[in-house]
Amino acid sequence: MSNNEPGFSTLAIHAGAQPDPTTGARATPIYQTSSYVFEDTDHAAALFGLKAFGNIYTRIGNPTQAVLEERIAALEGGTAALATASGHAAQLLVFHSIMQPGCNFIAANKLYGGSINQFGHAFKNFDWHVRWSDPADIASIETQIDDKTRGIFIESLANPGGTFVDIAAIAEVAHKHGLPLIVDNTMASPYLLRPIEHGADIVIHSMTKFIGGHGNSMGGIMIDGGTFNWSESGNYPMLSEPRPEYGGIVLHETFGNFAFAIACRVLGLRDLGPAIAPFNAFLLLTGVETLPLRMQRHCDNALEVATWLKDHAKVDWVSYSGLPGDDNHQLMKTYSPKGAGAVFTFGLKGGFDAGVKFVEGLELFSHLANIGDTRSLVIHPASTTHRQLSPEQQIAAGAGPDVVRLSIGIEDVSDIIGDLQQALDKV
Amino acid sequence: MHQDSYSDNFIAGILRSVKTIAMIGASPKDVRPSNIVMKYLIAKGFKVAPVNPGHAGKEIQGQMTYASLADIPWHIDMVDVFRGSDALPGIVDEILALKDRPDVLWAQLTVFHAEAGQRAEDAGLKVVMNRCPKIEYGRLSGEIRWSGVNSRIISSRKPVAQRGFQALGIRPQSK
Repeated sequence: MSNNEPGFSTLAIHAGAQPDPTTGARATPIYQTSSYVFEDTDHAAALFGLKAFGNIYTRIGNPTQAVLEERIAALEGGTAALATASGHAAQLLVFHSIMQPGCNFIAANKLYGGSINQFGHAFKNFDWHVRWSDPADIASIETQIDDKTRGIFIESLANPGGTFVDIAAIAEVAHKHGLPLIVDNTMASPYLLRPIEHGADIVIHSMTKFIGGHGNSMGGIMIDGGTFNWSESGNYPMLSEPRPEYGGIVLHETFGNFAFAIACRVLGLRDLGPAIAPFNAFLLLTGVETLPLRMQRHCDNALEVATWLKDHAKVDWVSYSGLPGDDNHQLMKTYSPKGAGAVFTFGLKGGFDAGVKFVEGLELFSHLANIGDTRSLVIHPASTTHRQLSPEQQIAAGAGPDVVRLSIGIEDVSDIIGDLQQALDKV
Repeated sequence: MHQDSYSDNFIAGILRSVKTIAMIGASPKDVRPSNIVMKYLIAKGFKVAPVNPGHAGKEIQGQMTYASLADIPWHIDMVDVFRGSDALPGIVDEILALKDRPDVLWAQLTVFHAEAGQRAEDAGLKVVMNRCPKIEYGRLSGEIRWSGVNSRIISSRKPVAQRGFQALGIRPQSK
C-alpha cells in the first residue's frame, strides 16, 4: 500500500498478515508446532543470540501469535507487542521487566478484581509492592512516588464501574517523575480509545474480552508504545544494562524503540513461560477482524439499555458514562467519543437481595465471570470477581454489595431489554 | 534542513541498489549492535568493510577492518555510521573528500545531524539518519514480524522467500 496511514478497520483485518509464501493460504495458518528447524548451526546460534529474526521454540514466539501481536500493536499505535496466555500473564511480564525486589509501583484502586489480587498478593511474594491510589485524585498518586517507584498502572476505562480515567493528566505526573505509565485498555479496546495517543508508554489487554470478542479463548497482550527512555535513569537494568542471559547484550541500545516488548519476550516469557497457544492466537485474530463493528454495536446497545434502566421504577441508580447526566460523561466525551463501552453497573432499590433475585431471574443474559462476549452477561461483583476484597476495597472499586454489573452483548437490543424487563418484573 | 522522515519506497530503493557498505564504528565484540548488524547484512548478501582505527588490519565477522574510508580499496555504495551524532559533520567531510564517493550516507538509530545530513544531500548523496538497516530490512521484508514488531506494512502480496529457512527478502521494484 502507499504511505497513507490505513484506517482502523483496514488494520483490524490486514495488519501483520500476508499470504503464506509457500501455499498461498490467505487466512493466517495455525502453526501448531513446538519448534522450528535451523538452517545450520550458525543460524541457530544467531537466533539464540538475538542476532537474527526468527522462530526458535513456541514458548518464545510462534508465527500465528506474531500476526496477532503485530495486528494489536498496529491498532494501538505501538511499536511492538507480545501476546501471552492471559492478561494476567502480560501484566506479570511487564512488571518483571521494570521491577526489582524492594521496588514499588502506584496502581489505581479502581481495577479489575483479578488485578487487585495479583498486585496485592502474588507480587508481594516477589517483594514488589503496590501502592493504591484514587485515579480521579492526581495528588493521591504523586504523593506516593519515591525513589523506589518504577511505574504507574491504571485502567483506561475502569472495571467494573465503567468510568474513564484522565490518562493524559496521569501520564504527565508519571513522566515528570521519570516513570512509565502502564494502561490496561481491556474495557475500552483500541476502537474506542488508544492510550498511547494520550501519553501511555505501555498498554495491556486481556484479549479474552473485546479483542477476541466471542468468549472462546484466553489470551493477553502487552503493547510497547516505544515512547519511554529506559536508559535515562538507570532504574530499569533489564533494558539498560548488559544482560548475562544473552552474553552481555544491552536490549535498549540494540532494539531501540521496541526494546521493551523484546525484554518482555526474551527475559520474561522465555524464562517464566506463560506462552499463548497458537490455536487461541488464531481465534483471537479471527475475532479482532470484526472489532470495529462489534464494539460500536456493544456501545449503541449499552447506551439504549442504560437509558431504559435509568427510568425503571425498581432501579435505584445507573452508572454509565454514556448517559448525559453521568458524573463521568465529560471525561467520556473527551477520551471515547464513539461510545462508553459495553460494561456498566446499576443498583436495585431492593439492595443486595433484589440484586440476587434479579440475576437469578434472567433468561437471555448469562450469569458468569467474563465481559466482552457477543452474548449479554451479568454478574454480582461483590460475591464473585471482587469477593476477595475487603468491604472498603469493594466500595472503592465500585463493587459494593448492591452493585450488579452488565456486559451488554450484540444481540437485538429489544431482546436484551425484554429479558431485563421480565427479570425486573419478578423482583 | 534534513527531516527525520523517509518513505518505505525510498528506504527499499536504497536497500535494493546498495551492494557494498563501509561500517564506521564496527565493533569486534559480538554483542555490540554494530557487530550484530554487520553479521545480518553479510547474511543478506551485502559486502561490508568495517572501519575502526583501533582494530585496523584485523578481521571483524571475517572481514578486513580499515582505519578510514579512504583506505578501503574497492567502491563503497553506502557508508553506515555507528558513531555519536557529533561525529557526523567530520564523516561527511571525509566522504566528500573521497575521489570515489558513495551513493548513500546512513546513520544508525539515535545518530542524527540535520546540517551534516543536508550537506551530504546537497552533494548528491541519498541520506538516512536515525534508522537501522537491519531493522529496516527486517521491516520491509517481513522478517521483523516474527518478533511481534509493527512493520507498518499492509500488503496482500506474496512475501519474497530467500534461500533457507526463515529468510525473507525485499521485493524487487514493481514494473
